[in-house]
Amino acid sequence: MAQAEYVDATTEKKKTSEAVLELQEVSVLYSGKPAVKKVSCTIWRNRITSIIGPSGCGKSTLLRSLNRMNDFVDGVSIEGNILFVGQNLYGDAVDPVEVRRRIGMVFQKPNPFPKSIYNNISWGPSINGYSGSMDELVERSLQQAALWDEVKDRLQESALNLSGGQQQRLCIARALAMEPQVLLMDEPCSALDPISTAHIEDLLFELQSRYTIVIVTHNMQQAARVSDYTAFMEMGNLVEFGETDQIFTRPEKKRTEEYVTGRFG
Amino acid sequence: MAFLSEKEQKHLVNRHRKSKLFALLCAFVTWSSVFLLGILLVNIAMDGLGWLDWQFITSFPSRIPAQAGIKSALVGTLWLIVMIAFIAIPIGVSAALYLEEFSKRGRLATLIEVNIANLSGVPSIVYGILGLAIFVRFFGLERSLISGALTMSLLILPVIIIASREAIKTVPMSIRYAALSLGATRWQTTWSHVLPSAFPGIMTGVILALSRAIGETAPLILIGAASYVAFLPKGPMDSFTALPIQIYSWASRPQVEFQELAAAGILVLLAVLLLMNATAIYIRNKTEKRLK
Repeated sequence: MAQAEYVDATTEKKKTSEAVLELQEVSVLYSGKPAVKKVSCTIWRNRITSIIGPSGCGKSTLLRSLNRMNDFVDGVSIEGNILFVGQNLYGDAVDPVEVRRRIGMVFQKPNPFPKSIYNNISWGPSINGYSGSMDELVERSLQQAALWDEVKDRLQESALNLSGGQQQRLCIARALAMEPQVLLMDEPCSALDPISTAHIEDLLFELQSRYTIVIVTHNMQQAARVSDYTAFMEMGNLVEFGETDQIFTRPEKKRTEEYVTGRFG
Repeated sequence: MAFLSEKEQKHLVNRHRKSKLFALLCAFVTWSSVFLLGILLVNIAMDGLGWLDWQFITSFPSRIPAQAGIKSALVGTLWLIVMIAFIAIPIGVSAALYLEEFSKRGRLATLIEVNIANLSGVPSIVYGILGLAIFVRFFGLERSLISGALTMSLLILPVIIIASREAIKTVPMSIRYAALSLGATRWQTTWSHVLPSAFPGIMTGVILALSRAIGETAPLILIGAASYVAFLPKGPMDSFTALPIQIYSWASRPQVEFQELAAAGILVLLAVLLLMNATAIYIRNKTEKRLK
């Protein structure tokens, strides 16, 4: 498995990480029309990778192909290989339900279940046969999502009474309760106000030590602030992929430079 | 006044007048239909209320109007409601779930959809003929409750399927995606999230369909529900009568007393209908509150 040299920003110490997801010439087609074209890159363990690019560049499509959520969209087909810890996600022997159980997802708009806060967290683990203490798991997940203090006295209340930012953190907690290996986030802050956005960005730093995170965003500042690696996509092509620092300060491609300096997009 | 020129002002007054006129027209149409319904109810109540007492509800039909009652018809109708509910709801809701959640979009699905829509417009007497040929004759179920219930179930299945599908369609995709992204199977997603969210809408459709079924007369006449039944059905294989049949049979007699008995029967039928609708609204409001 591939290894990457990585400079930790806080300790300046070199750390190595291993590949969790390896994309090999991945194309995603909507009824034959390519939305993502031959993308190759590697997602490293316990790192935050952001995918940026103008609207319609295929970044969300690419993200959804990483946990096979595209299976539910009519007419989608995939070419190339996506290796998840060495195994092909689209292999014949792979059950997509199993893939989604290991690779969690947070969506663009908060989508809590119309149930209690408690049940929002507990449903996923319970249908997957979780046998430990559910109360503990709910508390731990809500704490990890920095929501526990705000909701601990009203766990039985409906999740729909929470604010938008709280709902999104609930959705993150819900995904974390499954203890996924990878957490995919599809523009998780686009429906939120700046304060809620800051909450969630802080949260990403906390989660980084335990999870591998891939985040799609069209907010370049957000990508620069939170991520270790950045992928820049345009019209379905992966234009440039590298450490965030390098992408934003010393981009190799002209197009990347134009985008990150705000000249288009 | 000062904002507009004289010409614009005139035009505006004219537009406001048209708007008011249309609102009045709508109000008139609405209230006139309510008014007509009111007259009908009062008319029936005046004829029937005098006959409507405990004796009427607890007696079997009789040749003597003063002793005649609606017991066997009321019990027959209650039997029918319960049996139709047990047959039509599971099949109808399952079909709707299959079409909305599981089947692949394609020619076959479209064909089935078009057919269901068409079936909901088929006259009820045609279902009666179908019931007579299939359930009464072919399956040899005789003129029994089960034949009636099966025929009525066929009649209301398209209505239940269409209403349930509409209710299922209103469940946002984001809820399904949320569940699926947690490693749920399609069935777990459907059972835990789609069905509960669609439940109030499905309930409404089901109750409307059941209300239609208990008011139907033609299919029951065709499959041979009896109009003079002086016993209560003990099981689904027994012969039976139902409220609309009893009403029909009384109404077709020349004597004034029987006409009035028919009116009393209609009052009982309306009471059953209102009770069912009230129950449905109660259940719906309760589940809607739970979801919020």
